[in-house]
Amino acid sequence: MTAVSAHAGIGAPAAKPRKEKMQHIGMLWCLPYVIVFLGGTIIPMVYAFYLGLYKQRMIGGETFAGLSNYIRALKDPLLWNGFGRVLLYGVIQVPLMTALSLLAALMLDSQRIKHVAIPRILLFLPYAVPNVIAALMWSYIYGTDYGLFGQFFALFGAESPDMMSADLMVFAFVNISTWVSMGYNTLIYYSSLRALPEELYESARMDGATEFRIAWSVKIPQIRSSVVMTLLFNIIYALQLFNTPSMMQTIAPEVVTSYYTPNLYTYSLAFQGQDVNYAAAVSLVVGLFTMVIVTVVKTLGNKWEEK
Amino acid sequence: MSSANRSASLRRRDAKLAAKDHKLRERKKAAMQSGIPVELTPTQKVMNVLIHVVMLLMVVYCLIPLVWLMFSSTKTNEDLYTSNGMWFGKNMAFWQNIVDTFTFEGGIYPRWLLNTLVYAVVAGLGATLFATFAGYAIATMRFHGRKALLWITLIFMSIPATVITVPLFLLYSKIGLTGTPWAVILPQLSNPFGLYLMIIYAQTSIPISLVEAARIDGANTWTIFWKIAFPLLSPGFVTTLLFALVGVWNNYFLPLIMLNDVRDYPLTVGLNVWMKMAGDASYHVVPNNMILTGSLVAIVPLIIAFLFLQKYWQSGLAAGAVKQ
Repeated sequence: MTAVSAHAGIGAPAAKPRKEKMQHIGMLWCLPYVIVFLGGTIIPMVYAFYLGLYKQRMIGGETFAGLSNYIRALKDPLLWNGFGRVLLYGVIQVPLMTALSLLAALMLDSQRIKHVAIPRILLFLPYAVPNVIAALMWSYIYGTDYGLFGQFFALFGAESPDMMSADLMVFAFVNISTWVSMGYNTLIYYSSLRALPEELYESARMDGATEFRIAWSVKIPQIRSSVVMTLLFNIIYALQLFNTPSMMQTIAPEVVTSYYTPNLYTYSLAFQGQDVNYAAAVSLVVGLFTMVIVTVVKTLGNKWEEK
Repeated sequence: MSSANRSASLRRRDAKLAAKDHKLRERKKAAMQSGIPVELTPTQKVMNVLIHVVMLLMVVYCLIPLVWLMFSSTKTNEDLYTSNGMWFGKNMAFWQNIVDTFTFEGGIYPRWLLNTLVYAVVAGLGATLFATFAGYAIATMRFHGRKALLWITLIFMSIPATVITVPLFLLYSKIGLTGTPWAVILPQLSNPFGLYLMIIYAQTSIPISLVEAARIDGANTWTIFWKIAFPLLSPGFVTTLLFALVGVWNNYFLPLIMLNDVRDYPLTVGLNVWMKMAGDASYHVVPNNMILTGSLVAIVPLIIAFLFLQKYWQSGLAAGAVKQ
């Protein structure tokens, strides 16, 4: 909910106190968090890295294999297949949802809508639906003969497209994620817009600038740190796609394969496959890939913010 | 000798807090006065209509699946396939569906609901409390490791939990934690994003001068936390708690990979089990009506929580968005 640019400012006030007394009891306050963080994040990652360095032998247990598991993962066509798919999905979903959410937030902020609280909360409601349940609902709605989709197209005497076919499945996921998170993103933009001082665009308005012009040249640039932050999180979610395809797998297993997304692939390697060492290596490669993209987006975002 | 300097910086900080508050009040006043402009040009009138139409379309898009789900939960299995999706079926089967959902397979659904509640409350509350403790310490005290913790939090706050799920599974299966509810609860107690939020809330809402004054009066950090810091932090606490609860409630990957016993499943994983049955021809009962009713029952508590806690989390979101 907070800007990425806050990195520079966070912790700053207390970080430069002038010879303030050390309060070591602070460590005790952080202890519960540190323990669960170690057990829930750091130790599993270190352990996975260690596992990835070994190989199972038919006889004689494990042998040290160096980085060979990691190299194999980097060359794994199934993994790259999954990455290709989530990248395609992300390239469609993230800009689409960002544009829709920004549009909604600007409309809510335009003071042209009476009882603005009502559409605001209604747009947000789908966020209360767990991803998996959203996928489940939409899989019924997508039904070509009995679902809402089928019924809607039947009104015009047309046959509805099969959203759960190989060609359209990506769009099925785009729609589900957009439906779930559009209102949430809208609210973040809306709260940032409300926080802007009125004087900022009052003068532009006096000068006769249209609302479009004000929105594009004043409002959006002013809330860019919120935009960068949501972009970052939405890109991460796109790369980490798991819940919705996992649910759809039960309905359309021939479309949503076990390597449909990188996370589905590591899941099936770890859970159904036998090779835990390779599963560990792949999961870390997926994590690394995500971090690389996050860093790139952050850097680009920071540049835009500094402009 | 440094006390003058310090109090100056603290005074500045408190003044900033007061100014923020004042600005918000001013804004509210201005918003009330301005309202709708008296005279609209023709283009503005067209724009007004356009804005309302687009907004309406967006609201309809968001609501249709929810309304559809409500109508579906009132239908029998046959009506689901034969009646209009946006209206009632021939028979009103809502209560029957609820009863069926809660008693199917010896009452496994209420068990899933209870599991979900327990996981959400234990993990969500625990994670938020730990984050609040640490956030309070980082914002008001100086100690060894403070900076390191801050940096690690900043690095990990944008790393999604799904990245760590498979490594967690590998580790927990090694030490025999998989298959127990702890495997679902423990990892979700750590929430770097929650800590990040709590640090920000603590920095913006606890005036250091107040903490200093209490310290000089001889209060220890425990007393200061509960008497001063926590009341000031409560809006941020509710926001972080709500989003932590939703995170655990919605989690699917972790319980899916960690749990083996159907009786330990949360709703998300459980409903997927029923979904598999619906697609499996060897089952005689195809529980479509129960899947949909079960979905509705799973969503309603969250919708109610969001509606009733609106004031808290919306101001929390705003506070997070303002701080830049």
